[in-house]
Amino acid sequence: MRAVDAVMEGLKAEGVDVVFGLPGGANLPTYDAFVNGGVRHILVRHEAGGGHAAQGYAKATGKVGVAFATSGPGATNLITPICDAMMDSVPVVFITGQVRTELLGTDGFQEADTLGITIPIVKHSFMIQDPREIPRAIHEAFYIARSGRPGPVLIDIPQDLSRGEIEYEPVTDVRLPGYQPTTEGNQKQIRQAAKALAAAQRPVIYAGGGVVNANASEELVEFATCDRFPVTCTLMGLGAFPAPHPQWLGMLGMHGTRAANYAMDEADLICAVGARFDDRVTGKLSEFAPHAKFIHIDVDPAEISKNIPAHIPIVGDAKHVLAKLLVEYRALGVDPARLGAWWERIEGWREKYPLGFEDSADSEIKPQYMIQALYEATKGEAIVTSDVGQHQMWTAQYYDFPAPRRWINSGGLGTMGFGLPAAMGAAVGCPDRLVCCVAGDGSVQMNAQELATCAQNDIPIKVFIMNNGYLGMVRQWQELFWDGKYSHVDTGEFPDFVKLAEAYGATGMRFTDKATLVADCKRAIATDGPVVVDVRVTREENTYPMIPAGQAAREMVG
Amino acid sequence: MSVMGEPGTKEPLSLEELQASTGLRTGRKHVLSILVENKSGVLTRIAGLFARRGFNIDTLTVGPTDDEQISRVTLTVDGALHPIDQVTKQLHKLINVLKIRDLEPSDTVTRELALFKVSAEGAQRGELMQIAEIFRGKVVDVTKRSVIVEVTGTTEKIEAFEGMVRPFGLIEMMRTGEIAISRGRSET
Repeated sequence: MRAVDAVMEGLKAEGVDVVFGLPGGANLPTYDAFVNGGVRHILVRHEAGGGHAAQGYAKATGKVGVAFATSGPGATNLITPICDAMMDSVPVVFITGQVRTELLGTDGFQEADTLGITIPIVKHSFMIQDPREIPRAIHEAFYIARSGRPGPVLIDIPQDLSRGEIEYEPVTDVRLPGYQPTTEGNQKQIRQAAKALAAAQRPVIYAGGGVVNANASEELVEFATCDRFPVTCTLMGLGAFPAPHPQWLGMLGMHGTRAANYAMDEADLICAVGARFDDRVTGKLSEFAPHAKFIHIDVDPAEISKNIPAHIPIVGDAKHVLAKLLVEYRALGVDPARLGAWWERIEGWREKYPLGFEDSADSEIKPQYMIQALYEATKGEAIVTSDVGQHQMWTAQYYDFPAPRRWINSGGLGTMGFGLPAAMGAAVGCPDRLVCCVAGDGSVQMNAQELATCAQNDIPIKVFIMNNGYLGMVRQWQELFWDGKYSHVDTGEFPDFVKLAEAYGATGMRFTDKATLVADCKRAIATDGPVVVDVRVTREENTYPMIPAGQAAREMVG
Repeated sequence: MSVMGEPGTKEPLSLEELQASTGLRTGRKHVLSILVENKSGVLTRIAGLFARRGFNIDTLTVGPTDDEQISRVTLTVDGALHPIDQVTKQLHKLINVLKIRDLEPSDTVTRELALFKVSAEGAQRGELMQIAEIFRGKVVDVTKRSVIVEVTGTTEKIEAFEGMVRPFGLIEMMRTGEIAISRGRSET
């Protein structure tokens, strides 16, 4: 068969049910194979939209997402999604077309060194040099993308090679001698960790996206509740531990709760699970958790002791390690009453510093209230995606995620324009669930073109734009740290989002009154097809609480 | 002190602050012997990784092994500047990297080859040849105005020889970078 037909067979053998992509000259043969290939393809309007949709699909379903693009500009438009997938460990296979082999290196039409450009931002990549390599490359790519610490894998296929005649046989014996992820965790180290946890007076479990990736939420809850361990999650880990819950401290880090940050600050033992001590979590590194010893569980050994030296390092995935840790810990027969004093201290913080904001006296919608209203209207059951900025932080703070894979956002790279296409991908992957995107009025325009894709394919995402007419987070920083001199953050009332939605074939709405907001949100959700809601919120509201950049958790403000 | 590069820090950063970074430093030179799959782009991946993480490679050599599907990369890194532990862990993440050894200096034989083109006219030539002999160097080319000397040895020896011939007028010098093999029966 043609090599491109083998691509289709490979995708099917890997269980791929949808591909997001856009055709062009160099992948014409591949698109010909889609005609009778038996693989669903959704035509996006910009390759970045396709890449983020594949990420949203992967994050919502736990399966590998797939995005296609042509050579040159098609491939370079994928750079942001590839890098985003790398930073947030999202399993996505990207397949790009390349110019004919005889044109390689000649600066041919739509030629770009896709492999070279993407080397720093992929988990691995393949440049096809012989069409017979394609089946193995496909299967190896999927294996690498989903195993160990998940990540993006790229396959670049020159146009002439994709037309080659080859035999296809599914590859079942993936042999990668240089890639053998450790998932089990060292038993001795796990026993050490259990003993340290049993001896701790002020322990905190600090869980990240690794728990979600390993589908280890149940194990986390079971372990945390086998004693009374306080739990905090990173932005990427939200939902891994159900909120609200008596042992849930809220998110930690720059815009986390005081209870979570103060608990980290006073802890004597921190058990990090699938989290990487990002600077948005630690603040000033030298003053981060000054009294604590660290257990660090991660499937990627390079994360352990990268930023904070671990006292008990455990290389393994969260699912295996937490299950074993539970057995070891139970065997020690620890008295949960010993954490009484610690909980009293934490309860004190919770009572004194609950998350809160000053509501408006009139009909004005405060952005925090917008999230509360959305929570109420969706009963907390929606999959929620977001872009990056104030609206993202408020969603993380005020939407209590009860389960993993409900909160889909761009954490590491902080990509504006992520939310809308990610919602599209999540909705395609989970057609029975309500998918909402909370977007910023700045961010949403960076991939608004995918509304056309949603309208054409009847992908019923509900986009709630938190519209304050500013690039809000930048404005906040200019206000707080740059003497209130606003430099290029005012976006005004452009565009008219209701008209924009309608032009794309979606339903447009505008909400301005807090009194009817919950009912209005319900109305938007009940409307068929894609809906875009322009929610007018307070223009200058700041995201609090906040650890000013480069400071310690104790110095939280707001 | 503020965190480097935070948009919230308005104050200019001092050079010391810019140079301060985290990670364990061993303070000595490290020779990493790396077995890689002989596939296109592998060297780019390794070099790119070093560049992206801000690690500087001092010397780099690549050559075949007895298995044609596997190549060996030998590179030296300054452990005073870079956290070697992070370097090797990041290298391990490359799918094409099969094995890495951070060679113990006392258990390792290292060699480098260098060619020195030195101006040598008349009486100077004899003296130069004597020095070459002391260093067990080989004269591989002679003209009326210059001599090329081949020297093999450790980096220290090469550098010592360089110091000796520089006063004669070093026209140019070519060095291969180090290769290394572990002492004793076991494989590197």
